[in-house]
Amino acid sequence: MNTVKLTASTLAIVVASTSGAFARDNIQTAGSSTVLPYATIVAEAFGENFDFPTPVVESGGSGAGRKKLCEGVGENTIDIANSSSRIKQSDIDLCASNGVNEIMEVRIGYDGIVFASDINGADFAFTPADWFKALAAEVVVDGAVVANPNKTWAEVNGDLPAQDILAFIPGTKHGTREVFDEKVILKGCEETGAFEVFAAAAGGDEDAAEEKCMALRTDGVSVDIDGDYTETLSRIDANKNAIGVFGLSFYQNNTDKLKVATMSGVVPTVDSIAAGGYPVSRPLYFYVKKAHLGVIPGLKEYIEFFVSDDMAGPDGPLAEYGLVSDPELAATQEMVASETPMAPLN
Amino acid sequence: MSTASTNSSLYTLDARTKRRNAAEKRFRLYGMAAVAFGVLALVVLLSSVLGTGLSAFRQTFLTTEITLDEKALDKSGTRDPEVMAKVTTIGYAKVLQNALVDELTAKGLLPEGMKAKDVGGMISKEAPAQLRDRVLANPDLIGQTITMNVLANGRIDGYFKGRVTMESAALDSNVSPEQLQLAEAMRDAGMLDLKFNWGFIFGPDASELRPEAAGLGVAIIGSAYMMLIVLALALPIGVAASIYLEEFAPQNRLTDLIEVNISNLAAVPSIVFGILGLAVFINFAGLPQSSPLVGGLVLSLMTLPTIIIATRAALKAVPPSIKDAALGIGASKMQTVFHHILPLAMPGILTGTIIGLAQALGETAPLLLIGMVAFVRDYPGAPPEGFTDPAAALPVQVYNFTQRADPAFIERASGAIIVLMVFLLAMNILAIILRRRFERRW
Repeated sequence: MNTVKLTASTLAIVVASTSGAFARDNIQTAGSSTVLPYATIVAEAFGENFDFPTPVVESGGSGAGRKKLCEGVGENTIDIANSSSRIKQSDIDLCASNGVNEIMEVRIGYDGIVFASDINGADFAFTPADWFKALAAEVVVDGAVVANPNKTWAEVNGDLPAQDILAFIPGTKHGTREVFDEKVILKGCEETGAFEVFAAAAGGDEDAAEEKCMALRTDGVSVDIDGDYTETLSRIDANKNAIGVFGLSFYQNNTDKLKVATMSGVVPTVDSIAAGGYPVSRPLYFYVKKAHLGVIPGLKEYIEFFVSDDMAGPDGPLAEYGLVSDPELAATQEMVASETPMAPLN
Repeated sequence: MSTASTNSSLYTLDARTKRRNAAEKRFRLYGMAAVAFGVLALVVLLSSVLGTGLSAFRQTFLTTEITLDEKALDKSGTRDPEVMAKVTTIGYAKVLQNALVDELTAKGLLPEGMKAKDVGGMISKEAPAQLRDRVLANPDLIGQTITMNVLANGRIDGYFKGRVTMESAALDSNVSPEQLQLAEAMRDAGMLDLKFNWGFIFGPDASELRPEAAGLGVAIIGSAYMMLIVLALALPIGVAASIYLEEFAPQNRLTDLIEVNISNLAAVPSIVFGILGLAVFINFAGLPQSSPLVGGLVLSLMTLPTIIIATRAALKAVPPSIKDAALGIGASKMQTVFHHILPLAMPGILTGTIIGLAQALGETAPLLLIGMVAFVRDYPGAPPEGFTDPAAALPVQVYNFTQRADPAFIERASGAIIVLMVFLLAMNILAIILRRRFERRW
């Protein structure tokens, strides 16, 4: 008897607590784990300084965040997707098919990707060509395509230390990997002239050549890290000879354990990336569902606060954490203020 | 093989007995080795968690006197909190920084040539928010000098805990050896001290710029709410299902099928329940994301098979003589169950339920899909409305802490594991006590 009563009352409680319409009063965001720390810093400051609740920030990856954004309009869908790569046409199509027609694209700044090794190790000065020759599955030696024979960095480039090649690079699910492939490996491939050889071998097919450039060796020299940067750091700790790929902000928080390498002669700093001197960087975005503006309390205030000089400016807390502030921030602020949706991708 | 010796004595062991004894001895050794291996693994795990995590329960606090200047905090002079709210935490950070610089100068502790910004950097970024809340709650404080006890920056805290050294600070872009020397001088002057860190247990999570302020409060409440929901749903449903299946249901193919499915469900990976929860509770029923309600529902589904299996085992363990006696003196089947079998099976049922709850408490995977693996800083409200507010959960908080860049989060992740283990230990001890007190043997 008791059990029956208990069940009935529990069900009643559940129904009572759920039947009221969910007027959601907190902002929900999801997406890139690279943008996550910045979003949490802004969310925290927003909750402190405004009368709105602190937004909920979920991670899960750029692609997953954009997909969630495009699930539809309504209070049980998220308001903002954080993304470390630009939205794709397929996302926009998905959005449109679910009734999400107007999206605002907000660029918050730039993120640098750095190459770092153990603090007590040798100094490295890389070029993209070094990385291509060290990690590509196949390289060009004397005009012939051969399997990568290089064992040490000195074999790749006489100026580098004679240290075994071992690189911890982000796994393919990371947005960082895309940038690494494009701005380091592919660029190195073109610089060394391997691209043309690959293209000629493929009968002039440039896509095939690109793919060949970005095919990395599988003999254990290049290790994909599917976890986050903390995993890369602990792997380097256990393997002092390795070079790891990190986000600039992660490196800045661990300068006592890591030594950063230069790329094409430029030391990665917030300033050198802002000035455009450091080649491996990418813009960070968040995407706002315009239909939710004015419906979810505080959403407009939050995005305005995010791109304000106090937050995203060159002296703000985001820059302190490692975000390279956007020189065109004023234009973004204006765009946010006037709620301009993004134009079609070109 | 060999012929039995004719002159065998009970006092001298023959070869065969010796071999048997040796085999037994060896087997005991294997057993002891297995136990020793298990104990060793436990010791290594516990010592590593306790070694890194215990320091999270102590935190460096900084005491300073602050003169609340009207010009900086309330230009209008109206003392109206709504007008004063225009001054953000950035403004309050400057007030705190100046106050600390003034106090250090007055005490003669400020090193030559140290920038005000570096002094301000020793205070946690959480402190301006605390000061702002205090002033807005009581605007009359403006113009007065108050004493505040605020968190010190995570790196300063790390220095007193041995995580940051002078050598590492020289290489660290976030802290300088001069700041550490000043911190030591401040400790000698009584301005800095390590205290028990209640904020770690009761405070909300914090962003990566202020690891020293990160706490488990929201996660503990979220986990508690979910456990309440699991208890309220899974226990009655599970017990009702077991009683029916065990005592009333006919034995046929359908009940066999149900039985097989229950055993199967108990072994289904928990992420599957997360996918189900996303599809049914969020997308179809429209329940809010990141809420303990959805989390609790998903975990209830996950715990149900465990509870049903434990309850049926407990019901089966009640001797049939008791049932027969009750039926024999004319009790109905339902009276037999509720008056005799269920009370006797209760310790077993509760033990099974608590073990199921403990399992649910430590689960992260299903929560990943329903939006609970998130940064949540506001406490959920009181139940029942609070069940639909966003919240985190304890294992999720451990996962979140391990992902962050600042090294200060390493001790906090281990600290969160300690809190989680204390809860699990308490639940398991409760299960043992219940069993000991109420269990009857026949």
